[in-house]
Amino acid sequence: METINFWELWGGVAYRFWPVWVGMAITYLLMRANRKHIGVFGHLLDSPVGVTGLMIVLFWLFTAVFADVVATFDPLEQFYRHRRKPPGMVELESMIPMYFGSDNLGRDLFSRMVYGSRFVLLIAPSATLVAFIVGITLGLPAGYKGGRTDSILSFIANMILSFPVIVLFYLLVTPGIRETALPNVMASVFFMFPIVFALTVLRSRFSERPGLLFPWSVIILILGGWLYSGVVFNSDPLGLISMDPNELNIFAAVVFASSPGVFRIVRGLTMDIKTRDYVAAAQTRGETPWYIMLWEILPNARGPLIVDACLRIGYTTILLGTLGFFGLGLAPESPDWGSMINQTRGFIRLVPTIVLPQTIALASFVLGLNLLADGLREESLKD
Amino acid sequence: MVLTMLALSLVVFTLVNLEPNLRKLALEQNNNRMSQEAVDSWLDKNGYRRPFVVQYGEWLGGVLTGDLGYSTRFRMPVNEVLPKRLGYTGILAFWVLVTMVPSALLIGILSGMREGTALDRILSIFSVATTATPEYVSGILFTVIFASMLGWFKGVSNVNNITFENFTLPVMTMSIYGMGYIARMTRASMSEVMTSQYVRTAHLKGLPFRSVVLKHALRNALIAPFTVILLQFPWLLTGVVIVEKIFNYKGFGWALVEAAENNDIHLLLACSLVSVVVVIGTQLISDVGYAYLNPRIRVES
Repeated sequence: METINFWELWGGVAYRFWPVWVGMAITYLLMRANRKHIGVFGHLLDSPVGVTGLMIVLFWLFTAVFADVVATFDPLEQFYRHRRKPPGMVELESMIPMYFGSDNLGRDLFSRMVYGSRFVLLIAPSATLVAFIVGITLGLPAGYKGGRTDSILSFIANMILSFPVIVLFYLLVTPGIRETALPNVMASVFFMFPIVFALTVLRSRFSERPGLLFPWSVIILILGGWLYSGVVFNSDPLGLISMDPNELNIFAAVVFASSPGVFRIVRGLTMDIKTRDYVAAAQTRGETPWYIMLWEILPNARGPLIVDACLRIGYTTILLGTLGFFGLGLAPESPDWGSMINQTRGFIRLVPTIVLPQTIALASFVLGLNLLADGLREESLKD
Repeated sequence: MVLTMLALSLVVFTLVNLEPNLRKLALEQNNNRMSQEAVDSWLDKNGYRRPFVVQYGEWLGGVLTGDLGYSTRFRMPVNEVLPKRLGYTGILAFWVLVTMVPSALLIGILSGMREGTALDRILSIFSVATTATPEYVSGILFTVIFASMLGWFKGVSNVNNITFENFTLPVMTMSIYGMGYIARMTRASMSEVMTSQYVRTAHLKGLPFRSVVLKHALRNALIAPFTVILLQFPWLLTGVVIVEKIFNYKGFGWALVEAAENNDIHLLLACSLVSVVVVIGTQLISDVGYAYLNPRIRVES
């Protein structure tokens, strides 16, 4: 068995990531040059904690983007002669080293870790975004109007929150459930929210200027309808947008589990902000409730919401890992970090390093998001 | 609370009675190579095909008279399965709380009393790092380090024979994950108290730093973390499921996973009810306790 030494290993790994380093450097320099114009992200560069977090997040972001260049092997290719090998072993046919060793089926752990970032960075931020839109659309009226709307919505939110996430996933993310229409129904409800949200934003802004309202609404309806049909019903007329039923199932479950949390935060912020003077001024001007909620309250709640979004993307990443860890929802061969942890953890005794790449990847990404959130919070408090 | 439990049990009941889940149950209870007709007749014979309302009413009636039903996975009444498993998890949760709470408070107070120092930075990074590492990551890392490499502890636990060797890792995994969050809350509340007027007065009248912290700041700084500690219980429940699976500790969380994997209707319903009781109960206790600890709220109400 041919192996490479410590320096060749880490030098090789650092070299493989070259597009990522270039991307991070360019982003940093661009941010540095425009720091006056990008608001709180400009201040972020003053805080060492925030910059560390930002760099970790950017690292995984660019890894996901350039996964094809960074990875050395196909993440699904199995080398039967090289099963459960320690790091730094050279694959004999191609003479390419398997930097982090191989898993129980002889797949290259380094490439799987790199490709695993793709799944996480695609699903986690987009599910968080949808959860935020759902939470905002329901939390704003609940906090602003109160009364019966509030008590009903809060009851539902508390009910979902008092349910253990694992049971929820065991009930919602199974092959059996995928045979029923439930995931599609849930997804169709959740994806309705962004469209409704965008239309409400437009209507409250341009209600007195139908000349602008009408064309924009049409554009949103066409665009939204196109994405909607592609994602939810897998029936995009152009065939460009589609989503795997597994992923749709996971997506819907994750949105379902995390939107009540957003709802509670938005509701609390709204109840706080609606007592401010500028809201009273807008009410006196005779603005509609939705205008006040979307154009007066929401922009003023953005600070805590941005911080919460960072934390919540991290939390969603943990949830996705939990799903993989319990072997729920995803195809068994899929190179996502949670499934990788689940598949390799049985072999710790034989090869202790076999679980390290994926566990450290997941932990570092969540840590990066947490540090970023800390930095943002610190800097936004300073103003 | 009763309303929440009713609504939740209805939702769970609907989901477990979906056709694919019932088929899974039938296959698990008999053998995996059953034909579709055999599955159908088995389900018919055992009353799983009766109207939804009748089945739910039957279960609800049982619960109200104290009978939680029959566990198909363990082949004995839920009333026998559940208390035993809850007891095992209780032992685990007890040790987690005993180790987690004092160390988290200590970390929070140490880093909050002098904000911005090197000690504060190090402890803060430690607490962020622990909250960012989910149990299935830290548990496995600890197993690699302490069980495989150093050989100090064992990576598998046993409920019937709890020893220091096989029980340390589960407790450590859970308490370290929860520690970070409590420590951060304590730090925030401690640093807020340290900048308040009365602490400054205490400083200015020449009291030593130690007694300012211990006698003046501490009491007020511990109010907020108290609620946070209680609200950790719901999280303990989820954590318990993961940790018990990693270390094969056959407690409540393990039973819950078994119930969910095998569509054990009554056990799953009972587990959901238990967790709802825990979550809502701790919320109530934390509200009451908060009012008790904070005289301002007590006087107003």
